[in-house]
Amino acid sequence: MTTVVKAINIHKNFNGQAVLTGVDLDVSDGEVLCILGPSGGGKSTLLRCLNHLETLDDGVVWIDGSIIGYELRDGGVLRELPPRKVRRQQREIGMVFQHFNLFPHMTALQNVIEGPVKVRREPRAAATARGKELLAAVGLGDRGGAYPSQLSGGQKQRVAIARALAMNPKVMLFDEPTSALDPELVGEVLDVMRKLAASGTTMIVVTHEIAFARDVADRVAIMVDGTIREIGPPSEVLANPQDPRVRSFLTRVLN
Amino acid sequence: MLSQAAPETNRVGADALQQRSYKIVRLKHPGRWLSGVAVVILLALLVKAFADGKIQWDVVGKFLTAEVILRGFANTLLISFFAMIIGAGLGTLFAVMRLSQNPVTRFVAWLYVWIFRGTPVLLQLLIWFNIALVFPTITIPGLYEARTVDVVTPFVAALLGLGINEGAYMTEVVRGGINSVDHGQTEAAKTIGMSRFQTLWRIILPQTMRLIIPPMGNSAIGMLKFSSLATAISFTEMLNAAQQVYFVNGAVIELLLVCAVWYLLGTTVLNIVQFYIERYYGRGVARGASRPPFRFSFGLSRTAPRQANEEQS
Ligand SMILES: Nc1ncnc2c1ncn2[C@@H]1O[C@H](COP(=O)(O)OP(=O)(O)OP(=O)(O)O)[C@@H](O)[C@H]1O
Ligand SMILES: [Mg+2]
Repeated sequence: MTTVVKAINIHKNFNGQAVLTGVDLDVSDGEVLCILGPSGGGKSTLLRCLNHLETLDDGVVWIDGSIIGYELRDGGVLRELPPRKVRRQQREIGMVFQHFNLFPHMTALQNVIEGPVKVRREPRAAATARGKELLAAVGLGDRGGAYPSQLSGGQKQRVAIARALAMNPKVMLFDEPTSALDPELVGEVLDVMRKLAASGTTMIVVTHEIAFARDVADRVAIMVDGTIREIGPPSEVLANPQDPRVRSFLTRVLN
Repeated sequence: MLSQAAPETNRVGADALQQRSYKIVRLKHPGRWLSGVAVVILLALLVKAFADGKIQWDVVGKFLTAEVILRGFANTLLISFFAMIIGAGLGTLFAVMRLSQNPVTRFVAWLYVWIFRGTPVLLQLLIWFNIALVFPTITIPGLYEARTVDVVTPFVAALLGLGINEGAYMTEVVRGGINSVDHGQTEAAKTIGMSRFQTLWRIILPQTMRLIIPPMGNSAIGMLKFSSLATAISFTEMLNAAQQVYFVNGAVIELLLVCAVWYLLGTTVLNIVQFYIERYYGRGVARGASRPPFRFSFGLSRTAPRQANEEQS
């Protein structure tokens, strides 16, 4: 299995408070990794470090052949990349946010083709055709002309997924994609994510949906206090956790 | 707790509700009728007072379309329009600079606002008009050289004075608009690889428009009126033209009324333009923000007022 995402010894502080204290991660091509853990454990921060929305205090993130945000120079020096090059890297990392962050002044279709047209400079016609395909794939083939305010939460999140996919990302990051949704809308988003996983997309999913993690994840990681305490196949980690903090977290969420 | 319900509402036993459907009688608004009648009477009295007063209405009528006045009004429109363009452009530029990561850029923008918002427009106009006293010639070495008085005509001075001053106010308006856009928008733009400029131009600014159009409309209306200050630097906008006429013929009030009519007409057009711009930038937003002002409800119609947004879907 080829590795697509590799994180080594990630440290992150906010105003002196250590939020990530040495996270290591290896995700291979087509793998689905679910990250669970108590609130404040640093799950969101980890995702944001992976796509360089946050800068690291130590460690390195490598995605499909390049170090994110830096280039390796002689003598083991990492040199900051200029913003233009960082943007080229970021656009290959799809991200889906808890609160969707759709562009409210654009229709669903315009949201999806914004990146392909303005960033990748694809011809508008081709981008539109592909955008419609993507919207159809997330079950919204007929809602392309709707503004976000006219869509339900579940529909918004599916548009957000289509928007991220439109950039042909090497990996998709999901930060609690269903946490802001009404319970009856969670299923439709998880279904789309299931299909995505089945199609071989590499995914890192921060979620509180244990059932989804158990069914879909190849591996589950439990994050507590800024480190990954336990990582492995869901059958092992969820059923038979070793670490006491992980065990107490799981008993709380499983019951 | 239940017994504390508002005492004056008519209490009714649950068994009094015999029907499944009731005819509803809407609340009447007698106050609206009364105040409406009062306003109409007052207006009529006012009109009569002016009609009987010592005003030569034929002079008003004659000068309403006199060429001097029309040319003055055209100048007023011209200077207001271009000063607004300059103001909006500078305002956007300096607002972005104020929010920059670069402390030097931030300081420059702060300095601009501090100076031009902190001094009277009239004073700024006078300084631009008299700038030739400080710099008698304008020189771009090897390329261009001219006497300042030839370049900075009253029109140019008025344009610079009004536009740059407006820009300082606009900076604050646009900055407030940018700050009000959720940070998640910037992050979403980043994750699809948009540049800072693209993010600003395609994502942030269109969303601020909805917020900055009302104050901008305010400014545009203000500008139409403030442009009359340019009369102080002998730019012949409408008020200046009117003064020149009444110095000769003595019909002071008549000519001022002529100006009032044109100013009102101009600001009315601006109001209408603003209404449509607001509606355009309100697209995608659920609540219809602006309502036309003259659609009174006297409690007669059964239907609720139509929402502006229903037309969109
Ligand atoms: N921008 C920031 N500035 C300061 N502190 C921050 C910032 N972002 C996160 N933190 C802190 O970092 C810690 C971890 O936050 P993070 O959002 O990564 O947790 P999480 O595991 O995603 O939690 P949740 O399940 O509630 O989303 C928290 O204590 C939070 O207060
Ligand atoms: Mg989080």
